[in-house]
Amino acid sequence: MDTITFIFHQMLNFSIPLLIVALGGMFSSRCGIINIGLDGIMIIGALASFMFIRYAEGYISSQTLLLLAILVSIVSGMIFSLLHAFASINLKANQIISGQALNMIAPAFSVFVARLFIGDSIISFKNTFMIEEIPFLSQIPVLGDLLFKNIYLTTYLGLLVLWASHFVLYKTRFGLRLRACGEYPQAPDSVGIDVQKIRYIGVLISGGLSGLGGLVFVLPNSTNFNGTVSGYGFLALAVMILGQWQPSKIFFASLFFGTLKTMSAIYSGIPFFNTLGIPGNYYKLMPYLITVIVLILGPKSLAGPKAEGLPFEKGMS
Amino acid sequence: MKKLISKILNNDAFGNTLASLISIFLGLIVGLVVMVIFNRAGAWPGFLVMLQGGFSDGARGIGQVLYYTTPLILVGLAVGFSFQTGLFNIGVIGQFTIAAYVAIIIGGKLSMPASIHWIVALIGASLAGVIWAAVPGLLKAYFRVSEIISCIMMNYIALYLVNQLVHDTHYESTTAMSAYVKKTALMPKMGLDTIFPGSTVNSGLFIAIIMAILVYILLYKTSFGYSLRCCGLNRDASKYAGINETRNIIIVMLISGFIAGLAGGILYLSAITKNYKISELFINEPGYSIPVALLGMSHPIGIIFSSLFIAYIIVGGSLMQGYGFPVETVGIITAVLIYFSAFSLIFKNKVNKFALQFSYKESQKTDSFKNE
Repeated sequence: MDTITFIFHQMLNFSIPLLIVALGGMFSSRCGIINIGLDGIMIIGALASFMFIRYAEGYISSQTLLLLAILVSIVSGMIFSLLHAFASINLKANQIISGQALNMIAPAFSVFVARLFIGDSIISFKNTFMIEEIPFLSQIPVLGDLLFKNIYLTTYLGLLVLWASHFVLYKTRFGLRLRACGEYPQAPDSVGIDVQKIRYIGVLISGGLSGLGGLVFVLPNSTNFNGTVSGYGFLALAVMILGQWQPSKIFFASLFFGTLKTMSAIYSGIPFFNTLGIPGNYYKLMPYLITVIVLILGPKSLAGPKAEGLPFEKGMS
Repeated sequence: MKKLISKILNNDAFGNTLASLISIFLGLIVGLVVMVIFNRAGAWPGFLVMLQGGFSDGARGIGQVLYYTTPLILVGLAVGFSFQTGLFNIGVIGQFTIAAYVAIIIGGKLSMPASIHWIVALIGASLAGVIWAAVPGLLKAYFRVSEIISCIMMNYIALYLVNQLVHDTHYESTTAMSAYVKKTALMPKMGLDTIFPGSTVNSGLFIAIIMAILVYILLYKTSFGYSLRCCGLNRDASKYAGINETRNIIIVMLISGFIAGLAGGILYLSAITKNYKISELFINEPGYSIPVALLGMSHPIGIIFSSLFIAYIIVGGSLMQGYGFPVETVGIITAVLIYFSAFSLIFKNKVNKFALQFSYKESQKTDSFKNE
């Protein structure tokens, strides 16, 4: 039972950041802007929030500190994603290049800042954020162990983001407009909706969620941040595609990838997988390989929003 | 005189060069601002050292600049070539990595005479690049899968696969790197070591330049190259003109992968001390492929110059550490360069607009002279 609980928690720790970032990427794609800079935005979000944690820890209680850090990560991710929004919406630049520029700026900037302020490229922090037990709920058999013991606030946050994304995308007027901008921007434009504004909001949401994802990824898996999120932003892109740009499917895709990632991390500690003798690197490449295979065999609905990546010129037919 | 100026201004190459120079200028300015913010005293001297680049270290420094230039030309060509034909081979990193592994294995495991060993290793490396690039090419041509997404996936597959393969087959546990390649497999120097003593520059430089010229001839002097560029300019129109798009996509990816593979092979056969480091991060060099291609406006000859520039500031940037700046400063500057080069089209349009206005005014003046 202990092993299962441990694996389950590991799986959550890997899946939740994927879920959050993939949902962020979804908001950007569905409004028509392809954002491959998710990885870079994650790094900036993690950098800002861990710098904040490092300087503020000890002054406030750890859960308040975590809440504030979450805020910092979201805001920093949004600010950083403005670069992409400005380039791709106002200047109609090539969205792949501007996204890739974010991916290249972020790690260099992160190490640069860490070296100058801390004197080391690694930002370490004291991990005091785990909630050991939630009263009453942790008494529920099985579920109590799995979901309400030794867990992070950020895990619940991920599930909240999932619900909120679904709600915003399908149950609000804004969500409808956002989706319209990604499929056929001329239509919302013809009825007086400001396509550029909607797209700005879409990219900002993706920035905020990716920044948050950076914090959520590093927090439970490590006690330091070294300027990389191990390509998680790119993995999140794969999750988004496998999830066909729909929140519920993205949820399952992220669980699936999280499981594979967990296997690569813990296979040596589990007798069954250890006897199989498959090296960890093969588990690591599995999610990417499966994505390629799914792209080949998958349905045509994997094509994505129609207007994704195309700049929009107001008033053009 | 004025006529000459307006002719120069209207020249396409001039507009391209000017747009690149604007990107470089803005990138350097932002870099300087970042440096000033973090270390006011050291910023200006550090910046000057970076600008001096390879020249501050004599012949050896220039040799090192050329050494860094070699793979940059090739990876830049691989990306630039795909750009010109309307594709985006972002998978150069993966093709490079796989090729590096194949070069190391052929160079380290097989025994051959010196005259052919490095050639065999290079051919093996480029073929590995071709195979790795074929996957996104076929997916794009037959399944309409975005080459960007499949290339990103192939990059990570290559990274983890090569980490494992190096570990299993050709590993030096004391350094956590690949074991040495044999001396016979190293790239010949062809006299470059006497001109630039102490540097690791080698005949790969000539191969890179020859590849650039070959790509130039292919793109601009053959009808096949013309059909490729047509696809890049307007996919629908070229389809209407009867150009076989499916075939072109595959061929472009194969050639692009070939060039990327060549780059990986040359870099890892350049010196006995150059070994593959097992890491969760990608190799640095192919990461510069996009800035090099963009600054060079995807033109093969432009790419030679943009590689020289990037290599030059990489060498300069490594000297900046003496002034308290991390090596990453160069990373920031090149990243800002790419960000601005994403707008290079806008700069170019501005230049063209200015050129048009200029020649319009000139033509009006000459007209009024005639009337008198």
